[in-house]
Amino acid sequence: MSVRRLAEKQPPSFAFTPANLEWARGQVAKYPEGRQQSAVIPILWRAQEQCGGWLPQKAIEATAELLGMAKIRVLEVATFYTMFNLSPVGRYHVQLCGTTPCMLRGAEDLKKICHRMIGEADAVTADGAFSWTEVECLGACVNAPMVQINADYYEDLTPEILTRIINDFSNGRPPKPGPQIDRINSAPVGGPNTLTDPSIFERAKAGGN
Amino acid sequence: MLADKDRIFKNLYGQHDWGLEGARKRGAWDGTKAILDKGRDWLINECKASGQRGRGGAGFATGLKWSFMPKQVGERPHYLVINADESEPGTCKDREVMRHDPHLLIEGCLIAGCAMAVHTCYIYIRGEFIRERERLQAAVDQAYDAKLIGKNNLHGYDFDIVVHHGAGAYICGEETALLESLEGKKGQPRLKPPFPANMGLYGCPTTVNNVETIAQVPDIMRRGAAWFAGIGRAYNTGTKLYCISGHVERPCNVEENMGIPLRELIERHAGGVRGGWDNLLAVIPGGSSMPLVPAGPDQADTLLMDFDGCRDKKSALGTAAVIVMDKSDDIVKAMARISYFYKHESCGQCTPCREGMGWMWRVLNRMAVGHATKREIDMLWEVTTQIEGHTICAFGDGAAWPVQGLLRHFRPEIERRIDQYTANPHPEPVSVAAE
Repeated sequence: MSVRRLAEKQPPSFAFTPANLEWARGQVAKYPEGRQQSAVIPILWRAQEQCGGWLPQKAIEATAELLGMAKIRVLEVATFYTMFNLSPVGRYHVQLCGTTPCMLRGAEDLKKICHRMIGEADAVTADGAFSWTEVECLGACVNAPMVQINADYYEDLTPEILTRIINDFSNGRPPKPGPQIDRINSAPVGGPNTLTDPSIFERAKAGGN
Repeated sequence: MLADKDRIFKNLYGQHDWGLEGARKRGAWDGTKAILDKGRDWLINECKASGQRGRGGAGFATGLKWSFMPKQVGERPHYLVINADESEPGTCKDREVMRHDPHLLIEGCLIAGCAMAVHTCYIYIRGEFIRERERLQAAVDQAYDAKLIGKNNLHGYDFDIVVHHGAGAYICGEETALLESLEGKKGQPRLKPPFPANMGLYGCPTTVNNVETIAQVPDIMRRGAAWFAGIGRAYNTGTKLYCISGHVERPCNVEENMGIPLRELIERHAGGVRGGWDNLLAVIPGGSSMPLVPAGPDQADTLLMDFDGCRDKKSALGTAAVIVMDKSDDIVKAMARISYFYKHESCGQCTPCREGMGWMWRVLNRMAVGHATKREIDMLWEVTTQIEGHTICAFGDGAAWPVQGLLRHFRPEIERRIDQYTANPHPEPVSVAAE
């Protein structure tokens, strides 16, 4: 478990935008009647997006009110799930995978780059542009080491490539997500040696609806 | 090597169209109505006959699991929940299915749903997979638009699919924790019994299946159980997505037959171990929860990659995520990092797990530099046995086994480090773990 507490400095108020409120009602409708609590994670996530990447206390309370839940139940959820940031993050939030498959392939060197270019982990740079944190397995292990920056994965990194990526973000030229070396997604470098028979991509004549 | 025509995941690498049209060209949604019309019993029996075992880690027979659902729908509706909370370190196969071949999963949901009299299916995808979720949702929307699923669809079987997401909790890959999370609570596993087939989501009969398991179902039904059962060995049938990571020349995902020798898998598809096969130190064959298998003639050299093959080496196939470590890797440190992962991800419900994970991590961290006493090695083993089997869910087991694997095979290495450390002068006395 990790210790997770609400930030000391909190904004005084929070209200969902009309568009998000409408969206939230659509989420609730996905679940059976009386089970609106099921929508708590998606709605908290949207609240976090609305607040610029973190979840203030007032947003947690507004979600509780929206779903008719006790505040403590929503607080439990917000503190249990580690993707909810309980204190502010940078506009570009770098989540660096440090679990064993990434560690074996050099995640610790990437941490040094983050330290040097962004600063301490879990702190936001003075201009509000960057923050970084070490996270557990992000599920792109054959493309290790990798980072997630906001919604996108940047894979097959080296210290030089990560330096370039961070520079590109600060220069307002977001790089292309995915593998950063010459390879197709999770196929081996140099191209796949399977799925090369063209006939398998033609629909069989038999059957049909 | 598995022939291309026998592969199920034809767009594994995303070189082709992921959408409905592309999926149809590759054979998806072909004759689905005829399959559904064969009825519940036929579907379940066909699945049983194929010998398919769950691809999510535990390897439970899929057809048997389906047959646990009530025969008649009573007052409570039945649910199918797809476990797409892929977060086992080393594993990245379901992600490829969801972003490159989502229609296989959607069609599989419909067929599996029909086999269990389910009309609503939830797909629980991990929160970090934001792009994959968008892709999956787009594919589900395509299927609704083409009237393949939904009310009054072409197949004559009403079926809804809801894509739901988590927010970063490994434990939600445990089926009852996943159900708790889907109900909008903290993801803390439930005591079993009652099993989900009786009391699952919202207290209703529920079956939870892995993405890969369900995505294989349409091909099993279309090509027949005998085709699937003909690949691999008895009780270990079919094809499997393997994720080969760590120190190989070319890490990759690949679909191969069950029971492929580890060495062939690594050398044919991943370019071999870095520095050659003789440079292999150890391999974790099934994701971080499984014990490692060291190099050696009766160990990794002869390891067959299926459920029974891994069991013969005192490990398990798990998710078939192969993490390769070569002789330049620090095995104790690698395992200490895995322990840190479990410490971070423990849900905190059971004391042996909540307290034990941190304890194991701290001791292993010291052992990695030799800053420990030899008596602590036995103590660590003892603690793993106190965690294993003493928790509500299998998380405790999954965290204890990799440590046990390390101690079973690399005890001399830990002792060597302790000797080396104590042979040199250090200002601090050696700390000993609390008993």
